[in-house]
Amino acid sequence: MADVATAPNAQADARERTGRKRGPKLDAEQLIELFGIPLIVVVGFVAFAIWRNTATLDSVETNALPWNSIWIQLREHVVLTAVGAMITVVIAVPLGIALTRPGLKRAAPVVVGVANAGQAAPAIGLIVLLAIWFGFGFWTAIVALVLYAVLPVLRNTIVGLQAVDPTLVEAGRGIGMSNLMVLRRIELPLALPVIMSGVRTALVLLVGTAALATFINGGGLGGLLNTGITLFRFPVIVAAAVLIALLALLIEWLGQVLELVFRPKGI
Amino acid sequence: MSETTATSSGSVTGAEIRLENVTKQYAGQKVAAVGDLTLTIPAGEIAMFVGPSGCGKTTSLKMINRLIEPTSGTIMIGGEDSRKRSADELRRTIGYVIQGGSLFPHMTVAKNIALVPKLLGWDDDRIKKRTDELLDLVSLDPSRYRDRYPRELSGGQQQRVGVARGLAADPPVVLMDEPFGAVDPITRQRLQDELLAIQRELRKTIVCVTHDIDEAIKMGDRILILQEGAQVAQYDTPEVVLGSPANEFVEDFVGSGSALKQLSLARVDEVGTFPQTTAKIGESSAEVIQRAQAAGHRSVVVLDERNRPVGWPWLRQLKGEKIVQSEHAPDAIDRRATLNDALDVMLVNGHGGAVVTDAGGAYFGVVDFTSVTDQMRAMQEKAHEVSNG
Ligand SMILES: Nc1ncnc2c1ncn2[C@@H]1O[C@H](COP(=O)(O)OP(=O)(O)OP(=O)(O)O)[C@@H](O)[C@H]1O
Ligand SMILES: [Mg+2]
Repeated sequence: MADVATAPNAQADARERTGRKRGPKLDAEQLIELFGIPLIVVVGFVAFAIWRNTATLDSVETNALPWNSIWIQLREHVVLTAVGAMITVVIAVPLGIALTRPGLKRAAPVVVGVANAGQAAPAIGLIVLLAIWFGFGFWTAIVALVLYAVLPVLRNTIVGLQAVDPTLVEAGRGIGMSNLMVLRRIELPLALPVIMSGVRTALVLLVGTAALATFINGGGLGGLLNTGITLFRFPVIVAAAVLIALLALLIEWLGQVLELVFRPKGI
Repeated sequence: MSETTATSSGSVTGAEIRLENVTKQYAGQKVAAVGDLTLTIPAGEIAMFVGPSGCGKTTSLKMINRLIEPTSGTIMIGGEDSRKRSADELRRTIGYVIQGGSLFPHMTVAKNIALVPKLLGWDDDRIKKRTDELLDLVSLDPSRYRDRYPRELSGGQQQRVGVARGLAADPPVVLMDEPFGAVDPITRQRLQDELLAIQRELRKTIVCVTHDIDEAIKMGDRILILQEGAQVAQYDTPEVVLGSPANEFVEDFVGSGSALKQLSLARVDEVGTFPQTTAKIGESSAEVIQRAQAAGHRSVVVLDERNRPVGWPWLRQLKGEKIVQSEHAPDAIDRRATLNDALDVMLVNGHGGAVVTDAGGAYFGVVDFTSVTDQMRAMQEKAHEVSNG
């Protein structure tokens, strides 16, 4: 068709070029969050380290805040969060996919409703209940954390997949892609931003709730907090709270980075 | 439509499509969306499906590539039952173009076009070559557009890429569902012309659903006019549909301006153009006037150095010593423009005619009002002859 209307084409092109945007679109707020949060976390942690090493603490406080146990609890906390997040994703995403397929579509509102109700239950109650059932320890804590964190990922997976333009799905089928190919190459990539924002919410939930794991011997920074409370030592409580807050900020930031990294180009 | 066949340059690469007693009854509905449709679409032709909303056009179309499975009946493509292969395999051999292009927003233009060839297992070199070839075919510069994402394209460009994707694996059959429904009228007209030009080369079998009877007349070798439940009201060439509608329904559907609509059937090319005295910028006015008068012309077409028309003054307007650039260039029309487009231009310029250019925009001739009306009369007579036996 090179012989028809080439000149008007060029005109249209010129018009489009001016209105054309390229590259990732980050606004100022996102940029501040992206670079500001790690900075805050580093500054906060350095301040904590200086305070820990220079403040005059009584012997009880010093015993409650030895560096090596801080490190251990910090690591436990991170492990709880990370393992919890991984299992959450492994459960919630496939479940969300299944609940948007023709056969199970009708079950989706029911499952989301149940999950909603589950999340409304107080976390501490859930953890204790599970401990009575499964016994104390890391894995019971993980089960509780996952139960708690599944909902946002599940809900966002369902919503994200449902929001994919059905004409695109049909276009995929229409050009000869199988159902699985359409899911993998069209639906999931297009739903990924929504799913990742669910993952980010889950991460924030996990890092906070993991502080309760200590009550059933699950480890984590909650231990420090608990020590501070039982010993009536205000500096210890504040130190634990600050550490948890810094970690939560960092995890939230990680969630943001993941969201950006996984956002497909072009949308 | 014999004219189209005669002017076509490529050889037929399409395949015949036959629907035999095809019925689709959706679950939970009393009346069939498509009831016992039997239809043959000859290889290499464009069949336009038109009809009121909900009459079953889309359903009929989607049964051809089995996006919708017929409740009963058989569909043969190229003489082979479409159920012989798996639906996925079948669809890889049938182009599918839908409204707005339906490009996948997270894939570049090239990736979108390459999807079907990839599914068919073509190697990367072949795919790349094919992608560029197709972009050229739909008038998009490959180096500029192949790596863009759909949101970086205009609606018309997205639609072009959609057409390219539909043609990617060189399928014998292409299905289109209101392909140009989402673009403005000017762009739509251009896309139609482009598709017709492509079709002249490729001669696929194209089935195209549209709401727009004018589009059907312009594009179709045959028009299928459907009534509620996909009952065939008429299936014939545009000339016959316009010249002798089969029943009142068709008459109403085609509309009262059906004589005028025939103008969309013929191209300026077919009517023929006259030479007009031409003049180059800088020539002596006196000489030009003399030349025109000798030829019996009362106006001249002024051309620039690349032979493009830049003015169309009456002789009395040539006042200066030399021919100069006119204030505004005449609205020229392409040789391939429809008579409808030509009349539009004639009515505004006061010459009772229009300047015609070739593909490159160079002067080709002048078409006048009388030849257009003569052509209309001839077409109407012919349509009556055809319908009367
Ligand atoms: N998936 C479906 N389930 C049930 N009924 C359907 C379905 N798809 C279409 N129909 C019905 O079948 C009939 C024909 O629909 P179809 O989409 O083929 O019409 P159409 O001619 O393409 O209309 P339009 O011009 O509005 O696109 C309509 O009455 C419609 O309501
Ligand atoms: Mg339709």
